[in-house]
Amino acid sequence: MPKYNLQINGSQKTVETESDTPLLYVLRDYLELNGPKFGCGLSQCGACMVLVDGVAETSCTTPIAAVRDSKITTLEGLADRNGNLHPVQEAFIEEQAAQCGYCLNGMVMASVSLLQENPNPTLAEIKAGLELNLCRCSAQSRIIKAVERAAKNL
Amino acid sequence: MIELPNTSRRKFLRNIGYISVGFPLLSSCFAEQEQKITARENFDGNLPGSMRNASAVNAWLQVLEDGRVLIYSGKVELGQGIRMAICQVAAEELDLELDQVDVHLAETGVTPDEGYTAGSGSVPNSAMSVRYAAATARQKLLEMTSEKLNTPVENLIFYDGMVKTKTGNQSLNFAEILNGAQIDMEVTKPIPVKVSSGYRYVGKLIPRKDIPKMVRGEEVYIQDLRFPGMVHARVLRPPSYKAKLGSIDFSGLSTAVAGVLKTHVNGSFVGVITEREYQAVKAVNYLNRTAKWEVETALSSEKDLFDHLKSIAEAPQSIRNDGDFDSISAENKTFKARYTKPYLMHGSIGPACGIALYDGEILHVWSHSQGIYPMRRALSAMLKMDENKIHVISVPGAGCFGHSTADDASADAAILALEYPGKHVRVQWSRQDEHTWEPYGTAMIMEMEASLDKSGKISAWKSDIWTDSHSMRPDSDPATLIDARYLENPVQLRGRGYLGGGHRNADPYYPIPNLQVNAHFFDGPLRISSLRSLGSYANIFAIESFMDELASKAGKDPIDFRIAHLQDERAIATLKKIKELTQAETLKEGEGIGFAFSRYKNNTAYCTVAAKVNVDPKSGKVVIQKMWGVGDVGQIINLDGIKNQFEGGMIQAASWTLMEQVNFTSDAISSQDWYDYPIFRFPDIPEVEVHMIDRPEEKAEGGGEVSMPPTGAAIANAVYQAVGKRVYDLPITSEKVLG
Repeated sequence: MPKYNLQINGSQKTVETESDTPLLYVLRDYLELNGPKFGCGLSQCGACMVLVDGVAETSCTTPIAAVRDSKITTLEGLADRNGNLHPVQEAFIEEQAAQCGYCLNGMVMASVSLLQENPNPTLAEIKAGLELNLCRCSAQSRIIKAVERAAKNL
Repeated sequence: MIELPNTSRRKFLRNIGYISVGFPLLSSCFAEQEQKITARENFDGNLPGSMRNASAVNAWLQVLEDGRVLIYSGKVELGQGIRMAICQVAAEELDLELDQVDVHLAETGVTPDEGYTAGSGSVPNSAMSVRYAAATARQKLLEMTSEKLNTPVENLIFYDGMVKTKTGNQSLNFAEILNGAQIDMEVTKPIPVKVSSGYRYVGKLIPRKDIPKMVRGEEVYIQDLRFPGMVHARVLRPPSYKAKLGSIDFSGLSTAVAGVLKTHVNGSFVGVITEREYQAVKAVNYLNRTAKWEVETALSSEKDLFDHLKSIAEAPQSIRNDGDFDSISAENKTFKARYTKPYLMHGSIGPACGIALYDGEILHVWSHSQGIYPMRRALSAMLKMDENKIHVISVPGAGCFGHSTADDASADAAILALEYPGKHVRVQWSRQDEHTWEPYGTAMIMEMEASLDKSGKISAWKSDIWTDSHSMRPDSDPATLIDARYLENPVQLRGRGYLGGGHRNADPYYPIPNLQVNAHFFDGPLRISSLRSLGSYANIFAIESFMDELASKAGKDPIDFRIAHLQDERAIATLKKIKELTQAETLKEGEGIGFAFSRYKNNTAYCTVAAKVNVDPKSGKVVIQKMWGVGDVGQIINLDGIKNQFEGGMIQAASWTLMEQVNFTSDAISSQDWYDYPIFRFPDIPEVEVHMIDRPEEKAEGGGEVSMPPTGAAIANAVYQAVGKRVYDLPITSEKVLG
């Protein structure tokens, strides 16, 4: 089985797996990370989002062989070296922007990516930026407030 | 008193990863606390149903070695925040810091059997049981301290886990008072409970403890559990409900897919166990190509669904018959309308997951089921295994909104674990399986008929409801688990589950002298069970749409018309408040505001919803600009938690109302993923404003389902106000608005 050297959350990881194994399964099953979640396996819901070279992308359909040269950041890698949470993470806690929280990983990753590109998004831009991300508990109105709060604090 | 070796339960708990080790800060200043001690009053009302099987204090509460308290609840966390609500209630009655209370949720053999976590029942049942057990424990601890320290109870201070003499020279924590024992006395009335004016936590905005864990990606969900040597599995589902396995060829599997450990066939059940998770995905994809199924045409045509449902319905059952509807309606002009609701999906964002381990004697099952004890009975019946040999531990999953697929995934894992003993077997469902095999909320037809008297008041009303069952939850009938229907000796459902959910809220809450409600039950083509708020969503959609039509016939304002028909001041207060919140709104061309009211189950919490919509005259597209909700759940336990539940309920119901419908052909379900079954995405999300009326003197009701029923009708009424088009058939799509 091929070996892959990956850059995950600032450190090098080596994983031996089939070349078609999606990144999501590498992160969860081999590297035992909990942040990215399995939601659909079809890039339709956003629960599995990670940052690939700083941009939020779904990880459930991307084969591991396609990201070997990229820097991957997961939810676990957002806090700084001292363990301080990213302003987006802080804002989600402050707004209590979750019910079951299963979609929260994707919401946070998409918001981090959005705010990097556009630090002062309008309401419409926030909604467009999170369009791929589904939340069935329907905590979206709180999630929007969390993104607005994070934009102020960044 | 039962003497419990202090270490045994802790050891047990530590093994399953639930206890947090550490000592709380007990050194806060007592002088300050003395002023905070609040009065108590005797509670002499009915004890919650959950206490029938668990009436002793120690069924609900245990004092840990360090003097902190561990609460047991038979309910499960579904994202509704019940863990925090229970923690607040316990800390309140025992005058503890929130950090001094741990909550252990459902586990067989450990927590009380509280049935299902459903029906907005966790606060009135579980949290209230904890309140009475904790208040009883407090009284007992005071009495014991009084004896130990030879000091009258009046001279003792009870705060932050310590009982102390007022002179300040002697103090004991709870563990020191009990000295290794637990409080096993029965909870008996009257119970001295804290008066609401002195609450520190109840009714307050208390942040949940689990959200920080979620944002850090800590282990929260069943999907995150990893055990040493754990293996992965998936189950090959038939292509449709009535398909049978003809043949399957495993010969090339191990060559095509690495890591295959075992395959298992039992009747039409096919499972495959692999070392790694994605190997199981690939194995199932491979087997899908080699399996031959005998497929029977199973489903009726979706095109004529509602005619079909009427044709298969049983003779109507009279649910209510007050006064004389027939005579009054014969003498007066009556108005009629027919409303329909399609099959709806739970649509959990996280497909089901189940983990099981057979250790040679006991089958351990980790599950996000809503009812672990009832599920254990179903597993026991399906596996023909003694219930006491099955140990079920609840672990949160993604929000499920009713009886979803968690139990089925547990059944998969249990079957495969028995075939592969000694290893934790983890079964993960696919998105397609989740969409096509979940038990939907049933399609329904609601026919309304009413007449108005000369003063414009409703004199007679009839509701005829066509509905399937609204709960086929797992219990002693094994066929409530789908696997049982596909094993070698398949079993079919023995009963029809809970039919009463179909006519929940079918009788208007408005007192009407001549009222008839009839239920026409059918056994429909799709697998169904309980979906958040059961029949209430459809019935209130019909009743409250019809109320607007009647208000218009009577020439009355829709809110005033409702108030004129109500006697309950709490109900009226929610309508008056919504009027106040929305009266400043101005409407442009194509915009409208609609209102709807309901009291959930006609005897629990109240909610009035207003929706402001914009309808594009060309495309017919409905955009919800804002929704307002006014709720009254009696005494509020966690203000932010209840608001979160109301907001989520309104948005989910809005998604049902505008977008959702399970589609199927004569062979199979065609709504297989989020493209085939769209739900609200961010651009569809309106602004939502929720206002809660706190009534600390009233019974605390749950709020998980309360805001959903009025939301559908409020949107339909708003669309009518905006463009004059009344849509009777859900969902309210552009085509129907234009048509």
